[in-house]
Amino acid sequence: MLYIECPWCGFRDDEEFHYGGEAHIQRPTDPNELNDEEFSEYLYLKSNPKGVILERWLHSRGCRRWFNVLRNTVTNEITEIYPIDTLPNSKEGTEYYGQNWRRKSSVEKTIKPREYK
Amino acid sequence: MKKPASNQGMQGLRSEKEKYSIFSLARNSLTYHENWSQAWRSPEPKSEYDTIIIGAGGHGLATAYYLASQHGMRNIAVVDKGWLGGGNTGRNTTIIRSNYMWDESAGIYEHSLKLWEKLSQELNFNTMFSQRGVLTLAHTEHELKEMNRRVEAIRLNGIDSEVLNPNQIKKLVPIIDINPRLRYPVMGGFIQRRGGTARHDAVAWGYARAADSLGVDIIQNCEATGFIIEKGTVKGIQTAKGPIRAKKVGCVVSGHAGVLANLAGFRLPIDSRPLQALVSEPIKPILDTVIMSNSVHMYVSQSDKGEMVFGAGVDSYNSYAQRGSLNIIEGMLAAAVELFPVFSRLRMLRSWGGVVDTCPDASPIISKTPIDNLYFNCGWGTGGFKATPGSGHVFADLIAKDEPNLISAPFSLNRFISGYLIDEHGAAGVAH
Ligand SMILES: Cc1cc2nc3c(=O)[nH]c(=O)nc-3n(C[C@H](O)[C@H](O)[C@H](O)COP(=O)(O)OP(=O)(O)OC[C@H]3O[C@@H](n4cnc5c(N)ncnc54)[C@H](O)[C@@H]3O)c2cc1C
Ligand SMILES: [Zn+2]
Repeated sequence: MLYIECPWCGFRDDEEFHYGGEAHIQRPTDPNELNDEEFSEYLYLKSNPKGVILERWLHSRGCRRWFNVLRNTVTNEITEIYPIDTLPNSKEGTEYYGQNWRRKSSVEKTIKPREYK
Repeated sequence: MKKPASNQGMQGLRSEKEKYSIFSLARNSLTYHENWSQAWRSPEPKSEYDTIIIGAGGHGLATAYYLASQHGMRNIAVVDKGWLGGGNTGRNTTIIRSNYMWDESAGIYEHSLKLWEKLSQELNFNTMFSQRGVLTLAHTEHELKEMNRRVEAIRLNGIDSEVLNPNQIKKLVPIIDINPRLRYPVMGGFIQRRGGTARHDAVAWGYARAADSLGVDIIQNCEATGFIIEKGTVKGIQTAKGPIRAKKVGCVVSGHAGVLANLAGFRLPIDSRPLQALVSEPIKPILDTVIMSNSVHMYVSQSDKGEMVFGAGVDSYNSYAQRGSLNIIEGMLAAAVELFPVFSRLRMLRSWGGVVDTCPDASPIISKTPIDNLYFNCGWGTGGFKATPGSGHVFADLIAKDEPNLISAPFSLNRFISGYLIDEHGAAGVAH
């Protein structure tokens, strides 16, 4: 059982939450600019990492707010929780974000860079 | 009769292994079963093979076996990071059926079921395949209607399938509670009588032994850690025991498919999730049919040892931890006890988890990849045990010919670009 600290409600069992999958996948600004292969990348391809993952959770049976989590998919240890419209702060989170394959993909290049706070 | 040289045909090789039979059992009992010959060798890897299969689960071992037996290949290795059959093959609840809705799925799962029906004889290994019937329950009016529609689609593909009413179900499964006042009453169900279960380990062991007789090297404790790729073509793999070169590489690692794809430089539409199962203490025979329920998410059968084997649902989050959350088990057991009040006093002996490779359309990937001569077979998620023989059979064909056959073609990676998904969330509504 994961024990997740909602930034607003504190620690709760994972049963209270809804998993939002991989974080920081941006919808292409203009999907018509992409060919089928590129759109498929946005729609279907997953990082599915063994180790650090940046992911979204929704406290659906609580305050119903979204937030981001840095978790290790081997140990299930959660080491950072950060607001939904921000990037991770920790060293491993920043590194993982920067080195993720999506940063280099042609799809992300078509996206107007998002203004993170 | 002259014995053929060891690389000519399987009959000659097969004869090197002791044939399992009632006579060999009797003979070995005289020496307290201490003189059984080894079932497979544990060789060190050679520096090069024609084909390497990564993953010695049922699917990988079946692939190697069919490459050798159907395509005459001999220089094959199967590498595994752990012990053979220690992945999902050895962790699953062994439900076998072919009652999927779409034609493409009917093709592969029925192909598999037909192979199961002859497998013990073919491998000379008792897989304990038992066609005890698989009954799927409906608990709402809507589910029942949808089930009727699905049953017709399945029958059009020539696959046995019939709808039962609650009284017929009670007759078949006397311990089930069909009281209409249940929170999720049993309103009907459909059964595939040719479906059933098999012994999971025996499937891995049977394929391993048969493949080994045909000269396949099975190398355990040898993790694949990278690929040797030259000009877009795979030339071998890096392993814990050093580099091994190969003309072709087939990757069949279930939950770890994404990890291996990353190492080869491409991505898959797969999320790896925990899936759990548990068994009770053994009791007298009480249930001789496999029961599944999509809406309350429970499936149960009784093993030959007498344990009740329960399967739970898949957790919602990605994880490679091989364990899931307790609430999933609690929910499943609550449903099981409501349907079978007699289970309320059963004690559970063990629970465990596997890492399953879930695909967006709940259908597998049997495909070429962006790297030439590198093939992936994955995405079976919560329900690939039933497909073990068929999956190995068509995957061997793909590797040998570098072309998919009619059965495997719809399951290529390309469907995620063309949009031709094979949505089996209905048939695969529960993990099974
Ligand atoms: C709890 C549970 C219940 C299930 N119930 C059913 C059911 O009732 N019916 C059904 O049809 N299916 C069921 N399934 C699904 C089924 O078990 C799988 O789809 C199927 O067994 C997959 O077989 P496989 O041979 O591809 O994978 P596995 O048996 O998992 O084999 C993959 C192998 O690859 C190895 N490997 C991984 N990474 C590497 C690497 N880097 N290098 C070398 N080797 C590597 C692993 O060690 C493993 O042995 C269930 C699964 C689980 C977990
Ligand atoms: Zn909250």
